[in-house]
Amino acid sequence: MAEQVNRKPYVREVSPTRWFLRDRRYMRYMAREVTCLFIGAYTLMLLVGIARLAQGPAAYEAFLAALREPASIVFQVLTLGFALYHTTTWFNVTPKALPLQIGEEFVPGGAVAGAHYVLWALISVVILFLAGVF
Amino acid sequence: MEIIQTDVAIIGAGGAGLRAAIGLVEADPRLRVALISKVYPMRSHTCAAEGGAAGVVKGDDSLQHHFHDTVGGGDWLSDQDAVEYFVREAPGELTQLEHWGCPWSREPNGSVAVRPFGGMKIQRTWFAADKSGFHILHTLFQTSLKYPAIERYDEYYATDLLVDDGRCQGLMAIEMRSGRIVRFNAKAVIIATGGAGRMFPFTTNGAIKTGDGMALAYRAGVPLKDMEFVQYHPTGLPNTGILLTEACRGEGGVLVNKHGRRYLQDYDMGPETPLGHPVLKTMELGPRDRVSQAFYHEQQKGNTISTPWGDCTLLDMRHLGQKVIDERLPFVRELSTSYLSVDPVTDPVPVRPVVHYMMGGIHTNSKAATPLAGLFAAGECACVSINGANRLGSNSLTEIVVFGKRAALSAAEYVSSGSRRGNEAALAAKAVQSQARIRSLFEKTNGTETIAGLRGEMMQTMEKNAGIYRTAEGLQEACAKLSELRSRYPNIGLHDKTNVYNTDLLQALELGCMLDCAEAVARGALERKESRGAHQRLDFTARDDVKYLKHTMAYYHPKEPARIDYLDVVITTSKPGVRDYSGAKK
Amino acid sequence: MSERLMQLEVLRYNPESDGETRFQSYEVPCRDEWVVLDALNYVKEHLDPTLSYRWSCHMAVCGSCGMMVNGEPKLACKAFVRDYPEHIRIEPLAHFPVERDLVTVIEDFVSKLASVKPYLIPKKEQPLSSGEYLQTPAQLKKYKQYTLCINCMLCYSACPEYGLIPAFIGPAAITLAHRYNQDSRDGGRNERQEVIAQQVGVWECNFVGACSEVCPKHVDPASALQQVKVASTMDWYKEHLMPWLNK
Repeated sequence: MAEQVNRKPYVREVSPTRWFLRDRRYMRYMAREVTCLFIGAYTLMLLVGIARLAQGPAAYEAFLAALREPASIVFQVLTLGFALYHTTTWFNVTPKALPLQIGEEFVPGGAVAGAHYVLWALISVVILFLAGVF
Repeated sequence: MEIIQTDVAIIGAGGAGLRAAIGLVEADPRLRVALISKVYPMRSHTCAAEGGAAGVVKGDDSLQHHFHDTVGGGDWLSDQDAVEYFVREAPGELTQLEHWGCPWSREPNGSVAVRPFGGMKIQRTWFAADKSGFHILHTLFQTSLKYPAIERYDEYYATDLLVDDGRCQGLMAIEMRSGRIVRFNAKAVIIATGGAGRMFPFTTNGAIKTGDGMALAYRAGVPLKDMEFVQYHPTGLPNTGILLTEACRGEGGVLVNKHGRRYLQDYDMGPETPLGHPVLKTMELGPRDRVSQAFYHEQQKGNTISTPWGDCTLLDMRHLGQKVIDERLPFVRELSTSYLSVDPVTDPVPVRPVVHYMMGGIHTNSKAATPLAGLFAAGECACVSINGANRLGSNSLTEIVVFGKRAALSAAEYVSSGSRRGNEAALAAKAVQSQARIRSLFEKTNGTETIAGLRGEMMQTMEKNAGIYRTAEGLQEACAKLSELRSRYPNIGLHDKTNVYNTDLLQALELGCMLDCAEAVARGALERKESRGAHQRLDFTARDDVKYLKHTMAYYHPKEPARIDYLDVVITTSKPGVRDYSGAKK
Repeated sequence: MSERLMQLEVLRYNPESDGETRFQSYEVPCRDEWVVLDALNYVKEHLDPTLSYRWSCHMAVCGSCGMMVNGEPKLACKAFVRDYPEHIRIEPLAHFPVERDLVTVIEDFVSKLASVKPYLIPKKEQPLSSGEYLQTPAQLKKYKQYTLCINCMLCYSACPEYGLIPAFIGPAAITLAHRYNQDSRDGGRNERQEVIAQQVGVWECNFVGACSEVCPKHVDPASALQQVKVASTMDWYKEHLMPWLNK
């Protein structure tokens, strides 16, 4: 038997830029993370809107007109879609981070997630009301 | 050649080995301990044990009862002084596991729960759902991580003990990842390598249970004791041999033949108990040897069900209900559903007896010491004997911790009892000899035999001739066959001639160990002309306490068959009686 | 009993002769109820005894036989051939160096497991003579799920963070720390936090969740890691905003 060490473990490289392309699971994860770019951009847009508001009615009207441009509508619809995706995936995993044990059993994850959805709906209604939608 | 110095070397890192390691460093924090295993500790076969560990803890129980159940269950072949020690130490050891974090299942008030188990008159089996062995192993492994003095040598395969001057002074091992041979100098060695069930084709045992440690001691001149006593677990899955714990029956599961009859009542284990209300020590809670033997008779009568994987009877758990099964037998449900596509909640499960445990092993006294100075053994690889001719379920998980610790105490005492000088020249020569043995197997060209071929022939003869029922003709055939296989073994030609993680070489070495152990099983069985516990002869059907209230001692010879001798059993308070598992007793 | 002829494409690597990994094909007649491990054993017994891989229990409890089967981390003894097309590609577990064929070097995992102090540090030490620590079924259930880890490392294979940042302590090790943190008998949380609340501890986790998806014992390590993050965050707030709580 050999006296010297014969080992030469082989390290399989993971591409730091393309790692997520090799697996559907990873692509779903990246899609979830990429939503933050759109949400970030939308937030910036809102800030711009507040700045325009401070600059007077003419500036603000121009801002609102820009919002109605086709490209802008596409952006807003996409962002709404991504926000919904991000929110639903987030709510659905929240029970894992906050397990609730009552007696011996755990509150089912569906109930915890469900409570989030209900609260979300209520807050949405309140905001829409304050915005004068109804 | 690298030489590793240590105080105590432990071969085998399952329940017994880990318990011994912890026991050593707790007894003497200055001791260096080398824990050597051919697999990482969490892979040890302790992980597959399911049912539980027996220990007297409830108010209605007593050490006396545990003692009598064990001695009777062992058909009076157990050494009663050792059993007295065992039952006395059991509760403390199981409590120690709990203190180390073992997640035992609990009563509503927070105390440890116990469940009924075969052959036990009173419930005393502590359990962690139906993964007791798994939890015990992981508790011990994780606890061992607290002690830096335990140096682990993972994936080192021990090949020979180093014996000189009538003392065991270390061992030789192959570092599997590099193929290097290393030498361990140790003041004491503990073997805790488990059983050798893989010599049979249908077994609950994992790939690693190949009797390596038994062979190490055997070849060093230590006798193997009571090897013919091989336990068949009554309920294994027919295709894979996967274990379905005895707890299935403890919780109320029943065994029926193809006519729907609970057939155990026809074999002195009746009368039939109400469905779902098992009565301890009768019917499905009879001892394993009797329950497995009943299967054999049912098979002879044509009452078993024919499946693509052979004859079976049915284990029916439907009446337990989904809630009980999911809470107390979740692993069983998963195993049956995945591997047999049968859900025990809705259907009865086909089962058959499969080889599970070896009562026999390395001869030790009740202090886990072998006759060879400096060599100790614990767990399934050892035979103290507390299990006698038949082990009761849930005694083994307790055995590994009780005797793992006992071996540690004995080894620590031995080490501190005197400094013994080793003869370096003699040891070095033996090390070179051991290395040459491996090298000749490794380098052999023009081999005419294959590992798979010899192994298959060994398994076939063991299954046919050394099964649940044996005859003189069959055993003679087995002995002749095994002698032949041992003589053909040196003609094995390895296909893998490389050094790094060579599993071809490993399997060849494991086969060599199994052949030696199998020969001891067959020869011991041939010479024991009686039926006792798990050793049943169709030609000698009665138990013979006049001639055979003795342990079989098999002594190794490299070429000749094992030499068989006998050792008296230690009897203290329990005189051999009748094993009565019928409900008709008071 | 029917049989299906399957093509196994198995990664081979022998450090003494190979500079790179390569694939070798084997034709295996597979029975209906076989798992991938049975097919590998057939190869070793009948076709090629030089193939090296780890296995033992064949019942998904020892954790030895983790491999990539068609790109997915699986236990070879729990991957049923009936669930696969005729062609099965078998590789060693991802994110671990290859020692030989399907055998990986797992030292990194073993040392990380040991580093999180995965043993009971009793809240209040009590002698053996006073019996067991009391623990109600509800208290047991709180951490029970996290005791089921068989150390098979499929989660490390699935975790992209571990693949990109090898210093990450990883799902199973942190989950084991959490198992003890949640055990009512234990009082060692602060000691473990020092290890798992580091950057390379739980904070390297981005909740991809792949670990829980591949875990064969349904341990759900992702949930354990998120719970550790919550606990760690609470610790931080208590320490910095309510210093009077610290002694």
